[in-house]
Amino acid sequence: MNTTTVTTATSNSMSTFTKLSIVIFVLLALLPFQNFVYDLFMMKVFCFAIFAAALNLLLGYAGLLSFGHAAFFGSASYVTAHAMKEWGVTPEIGLFIGVICSTALGYVFGYLAIRRQGIYFAMITLALAQIIYFLATQVPFTNGEDGIQGVPRGEFLGLIDLSPSSHMYWFSLGVFALAFLLVMRVVRSPFGQVLKSIRENEPRAISLGYDVDRYKLMAFTISAGLAGLGGGLKALVLQLASLTDVAWQMSGEAVLMTILGGIGTLWGPIAGAAVIINLQNYLANLGGWSTIATGAIFVVCVLAFRRGIVGEIAHRLKIQL
Amino acid sequence: MKKTLISQVVAGALFAVGTSASAQLSNDAVNIGVLTDLSGIYSAIEGPGAVVAAEMAVSDFGGSVLGKPINITSADTQSKADLSSSKAREMFERDNVDMIVGNVSTASALAAMEVADQMKRVALVTGAASLPITNERCNPYTVHWVYDTYALAHGTGAAVVATGKKTWFFVTADYAFGHTLERDTSEVVKAAGGEVLGSVKHPIKTTDFASYLAQAQSSGAQVIGLANAGGDTIGSIKQAAELGIMGSDQTVVPLLMFSADIQALGLQETQGMNFTVGWYWDYNESNRKFAERFMKNFKGVAPTSVQAGVYSATLNYLKAIQAVGTDDSDKVMAYLKSTPIDDGLFKGVIRKDGKFEHDMYLLQVKSPKQSKNRNDIATVARVIPAADATLPLSQSKCKLVTGS
Amino acid sequence: MFELLGVSPQAFTAQMLIGLINGSFYALLSLGLAVIFGLLNVINFTHGALYMLGAMLTWIGLTQLGYWIGMPELEVPYLVALFLAPLIVGAFSIVVEKTMLKRLYHLDHLYGLLLTFGIALVLEGLFRHWFGVLGNSYPVPDMLRGGLRVNGLFLPYYRLWVVGVALLVCFATWYFIERTKLGSLLRAGTENPRLLQALGVNVPLIITLTYGAGCALAAFAGVLAAPIYQVTAVMGSELIIVVFAVVVIGGMGSIAGSILTGLGLGIVEGLTKVFYPEASSVSIFVIMIIVLLLKPAGLFGKVR
Repeated sequence: MNTTTVTTATSNSMSTFTKLSIVIFVLLALLPFQNFVYDLFMMKVFCFAIFAAALNLLLGYAGLLSFGHAAFFGSASYVTAHAMKEWGVTPEIGLFIGVICSTALGYVFGYLAIRRQGIYFAMITLALAQIIYFLATQVPFTNGEDGIQGVPRGEFLGLIDLSPSSHMYWFSLGVFALAFLLVMRVVRSPFGQVLKSIRENEPRAISLGYDVDRYKLMAFTISAGLAGLGGGLKALVLQLASLTDVAWQMSGEAVLMTILGGIGTLWGPIAGAAVIINLQNYLANLGGWSTIATGAIFVVCVLAFRRGIVGEIAHRLKIQL
Repeated sequence: MKKTLISQVVAGALFAVGTSASAQLSNDAVNIGVLTDLSGIYSAIEGPGAVVAAEMAVSDFGGSVLGKPINITSADTQSKADLSSSKAREMFERDNVDMIVGNVSTASALAAMEVADQMKRVALVTGAASLPITNERCNPYTVHWVYDTYALAHGTGAAVVATGKKTWFFVTADYAFGHTLERDTSEVVKAAGGEVLGSVKHPIKTTDFASYLAQAQSSGAQVIGLANAGGDTIGSIKQAAELGIMGSDQTVVPLLMFSADIQALGLQETQGMNFTVGWYWDYNESNRKFAERFMKNFKGVAPTSVQAGVYSATLNYLKAIQAVGTDDSDKVMAYLKSTPIDDGLFKGVIRKDGKFEHDMYLLQVKSPKQSKNRNDIATVARVIPAADATLPLSQSKCKLVTGS
Repeated sequence: MFELLGVSPQAFTAQMLIGLINGSFYALLSLGLAVIFGLLNVINFTHGALYMLGAMLTWIGLTQLGYWIGMPELEVPYLVALFLAPLIVGAFSIVVEKTMLKRLYHLDHLYGLLLTFGIALVLEGLFRHWFGVLGNSYPVPDMLRGGLRVNGLFLPYYRLWVVGVALLVCFATWYFIERTKLGSLLRAGTENPRLLQALGVNVPLIITLTYGAGCALAAFAGVLAAPIYQVTAVMGSELIIVVFAVVVIGGMGSIAGSILTGLGLGIVEGLTKVFYPEASSVSIFVIMIIVLLLKPAGLFGKVR
């Protein structure tokens, strides 16, 4: 492969990518000034977009399919909710505490899981997540089935009250933008390149002298922390942390969002999250149909559409997204 | 910050002008949101039938109130707290809903009540069971319409002990609702001179109950009380029949049960069983008339107590708006709590803690021979007077009662 | 010892037996999964939905079919359903394999997992839409009603029948794969499909039939379950996660391993229900983590 062409292609597409990303973020920031898109709905998309982006970091760039990411999403959601409600901290501190917890949990889970591969890896993450689910039903502070309700959104930096929807919207957008930049930074760093080389050919990466396990563990931990950020934000936006957030179906949803949007693309998981949340919203009143539609999308994606929405677009336009 | 303050003042002023100009109703209409489980585990108990019931109430009321239209929207909570919370918010913020009715699981009801309280809108809870809805967690905008765990424990518990069956063993769902139901029923049993021999807690959505039932069986208790709900209750009863507990000298008593659950199980396995409900379609003439109309609109299925409750709650809410001339939540609630209710289906008063105090009914399941059709499943064995089925205000922990 | 644990020996035996019954279901289901994984390298997420389908078809045959085709007196009896439902589900699965799964073999086998997960959601959603969530009751067949009473412990004949039949089918499958000519071809296919193809064996056909048979086993378990559990659209979705854990503990692809682990874990879970009932749903996952830390390939698995 010719190195120079690759570099130029990357730098060209990077500029398209940057331009596009800026346009999208500006449009998102202007959203509260119109009436057709409901802002609470968009905030939900942000939370799940962060969650899916976290999973994508692991699946798309390190090639590890975790079926237990709900454990991080949910535990951070509980911890943030608890910190906000019982300790009365400001939202950024609440999120921070949540992320610390999910990162620590991610380190432990990662330590146990990365030594296995493929299906075994997926199964171990699932099993560990089931244990977290069990704990969530048993420990007192999660309030079991009722969840932690009426979580205050608090005041950002102790100054700006986040109860009004528009304030909360910009706050969530800010968190989302930070998460997006972080993922971009990780993916494009030398660390991200090593991850990709592990995904492509693990034995070769080992023979090149990389401590593959350490890289995987680091990717897993970052991904867990990021998933926690999504979960913590969800607790603030919906003012609730509940068992749904730690259930295994939630992990499945993140996988779906990622493959629908496009594995290994930066905007893919975000597009996937937006589509799925929309779909669930519109099909919600049709009873069982939302499950059927979700399943059908899985089937179609896997059979005919493996690049996902954004992946397909990027492939057609020959740019990186 | 400053800008926000100004914009809030301006918005407030605009709002004031808006309301005074358009007479008494916000948005020139009354919007009712049916927030229920349309596709989840409790959809047969409330679900799509609740939407039908609410629509019947609106059309019986005449389709408009104070000359303005009445609109109904519905949303699916799948009995999950997070969906309930976000759908309630969406209904209030985006669809300008004035009142939500429904909510079939305790977790989802509490979540929706929380939002309603924040936004000062009315939430009429029909399906959920837990006592805390009008006790520890009560708020000024909630009415608990059909039944609660206190009524279930006192209705079924007391009735069963009265038949001379004094020793109990509980099979309990391991979450707040199950724990409360077990605790309340235990108190009733002990107060009536009975004895609780033990209990076993199972995770929610368990498939196999044989292990738990065998423990209950070997305890030698006369009564096996099921402090669980929905699929768990159905599973326990089906397997109790299979394990030969039905028809032995032990009695299985479901503490929370609906006519829809009995239909799912069939009468063969449930005959003779007692359970407590807030309403039964075949109790009197006016109930039967309502049920007949409901069945025409809903695939021939008789209404559950909860669906009848949705009808009653919607109808009385509209009557209150008519009477006070506005949809202002505080005025409507004040009216509801001060005026006795008698709509042909439910009769009683709404107390200041939001509990609608009315008679409850202890049903006994018919045998397959006695049953004429699939809706004909039980007889009313006993009417439980309202006073016995409601937590006395003197014991209430509700802040609206204690004043703190 | 039993007094110390607060449980009488009879009660202890009873709980072991109850656990064994659940273990039979685990064994049947994980056996199907193991067979499929061994040859196709696919984690068959539809397994739970096919188990549900087996039970549903049994119930439909008894109560609905007659009305649908205008002959209300027609009832498909239990024993017929025991053969018919697995056949139908097997045929359905062969169609799925031929039209969809086949196209994913050249890819990472995570795609197989995702595809079958999607199919499972569709099946479950459809049945939930048609028959609601409370489900329906299927009566215990007349000839198997009643039970034995031993030491004050009641054992329904039907449950004994389930254990017996499940063990028989498990043994037959094991014997077929490990001890017959056809089975040896099958095993060869898992080791080296190309070589086998070169020897003139129709490998794609073997793969298709194996998938069909594995799925039929799930439906068979479903038929056995119908009279015990409520027949609902979601009956498979909780079970499948547990069965996955069973397969992983036993060692992916090991036939005998999945059978023995299935039975063993059923008993372990049954005993958890006595000593720490709240944790019964999580005990298997804890065991799974411990086993994987000590033996990465599972109890009976070979390191590939």
